Amino acid sequence: MLPGFGLSLGITLFCLGVIVVLPLTALAVRPWELGLDGVWRALSAPRVAAALRLSFGLSALAALLNAPLGLLLAWTLTRYRFPGRRILDALVDLPFALPTAVAGIALTAIYAPNGPLGSLLMRVGIKAAYSPLGIFIALVFIGLPFVVRSLQPVLQDLDAEVEEAAQTLGASALQRAVRVILPALAPALVSGLSLAFARAVGEYGSVVFIAGNLPMKTEIAPLIIVIKLEQYDYAGAAAVGLAMVAIAFGSLILINALQLFLAGRGRR
Amino acid sequence: MRTTHLAQSRLPVLAVLLVLASVAVMTLLVLLPLFTVFHDALSKGVGKYLASIRDPDAISAVKLTLLVAAIAVPINAAFGVAAAWCVARFEFRGKNALLTLIDLPFSMSPVVSGLVWVLLFGAQGWFGEWLIDHGIKVIFATTGLVLATVLVTFPFVARELIPLMQDQGSDEEVAALTLGAGGFTTFFRITLPNIRWALLYGVLLCNARAMGEFGAVSVVSGHIRGLTTTLPLHVEVLYNDYDFVGAFAAASLLASLGLVTLVLKTALEWRHAGELSAARRH
Repeated sequence: MLPGFGLSLGITLFCLGVIVVLPLTALAVRPWELGLDGVWRALSAPRVAAALRLSFGLSALAALLNAPLGLLLAWTLTRYRFPGRRILDALVDLPFALPTAVAGIALTAIYAPNGPLGSLLMRVGIKAAYSPLGIFIALVFIGLPFVVRSLQPVLQDLDAEVEEAAQTLGASALQRAVRVILPALAPALVSGLSLAFARAVGEYGSVVFIAGNLPMKTEIAPLIIVIKLEQYDYAGAAAVGLAMVAIAFGSLILINALQLFLAGRGRR
Repeated sequence: MRTTHLAQSRLPVLAVLLVLASVAVMTLLVLLPLFTVFHDALSKGVGKYLASIRDPDAISAVKLTLLVAAIAVPINAAFGVAAAWCVARFEFRGKNALLTLIDLPFSMSPVVSGLVWVLLFGAQGWFGEWLIDHGIKVIFATTGLVLATVLVTFPFVARELIPLMQDQGSDEEVAALTLGAGGFTTFFRITLPNIRWALLYGVLLCNARAMGEFGAVSVVSGHIRGLTTTLPLHVEVLYNDYDFVGAFAAASLLASLGLVTLVLKTALEWRHAGELSAARRH
């Protein structure tokens, strides 16, 4: 038997206890200082409810746009050989690698009314930065790598023989894509989208600059926590934090169920 | 067979179109922000750019960022190695719960990762009064920044090592022990060389996140200029002061860190694919 079980488990449990379990216990316990009524009142306050709706709604929408974008990128990167492919592939991780505050101010500069793309959009009457559209753009930016990286390994391993068989049997390119490839990709796509969604819901740095932070209009849920902390409303901040964790957890359970369902169908 | 023939003859055109579309998406969505950082940083000339970087507040922000990473990254590396050793080498009850807990910080909002420390150590936190009585400052001080950073980056190293060590199995270690090597000798001569590239990979990602973290440290920092502003917070402070050249100059340092990380990470994926966890092999 190998040595070191007690030592390594001891270090692991100590670190987990101090860094993860103790702080999360505070998050789980402190909202209830307000009582059940107080927690409900804190969460249903119009400004808080609007921010929660905005964060979860826009995160879902951003994930929906990330689906076709991610499919496009994963497909071209795994199926075609072209000059610059490996560089393009490495750059997919840029939204991970770029610190969020950096991405935040850069996106704001681009989509602000006087920015290169913002001014173009302004000309057709669309306000990008300081509006929900700006938040949406930032969430698409940070979510993209999750979807591409979830799809790539599956596309790589997808049996070429199955596609060839479908082709020999007379399936058109479109039929093959919809009937053969997409069902096989579905579970990975859902898991990529759920990762992107979870990240988007909690995202702060890349969103807070472009959002404009107008109460009831463009305030995201994490910002509400920051504002409540600035007012020393610890219990209120904890209530919003706990609600975010709970809603995110609930949606992930739903998504997992969907994924199992799709995986079952893909195998048939 | 006619369909097949048609489909094949159409394919190159479709391929070219899809590649062009991919390049367009990446350029517009990902490359343009990166370009903007350097473009806007240099928009008032190199002199102004260098002056912004040499500003005393910027220099102290860089120093603080390095200090926080220098404490947080080794803690996570040590934890990652210990966690990987006990998870990949032993069977015990509650292992899955342990793995879930290790991954948990990844699914938390960075702001919540900062908030939890305020709930514990803030003025009205559980230990707030005790800390004030003993004159210890955690929130609005370096300690708080380190705690928030450690929490946010917690799973990075463990996640790289656990799948790799499970794949590798313990045959080599058992052989060394049978031949009479001690536990620590076995670890340093057998295990560590086997996991070194994956460890480096995890440390690299952990460090990039530690230096670039914004949301979690923003909550515990208090934004005291020159004292508790890390480089990403310095970017925010300058941006909110409408000092855009200064903000983008500081941001360009962080963007360079991100680019260097990306290059090293890609190099590791290409050169040492066999010695990284399966998910990292391209």
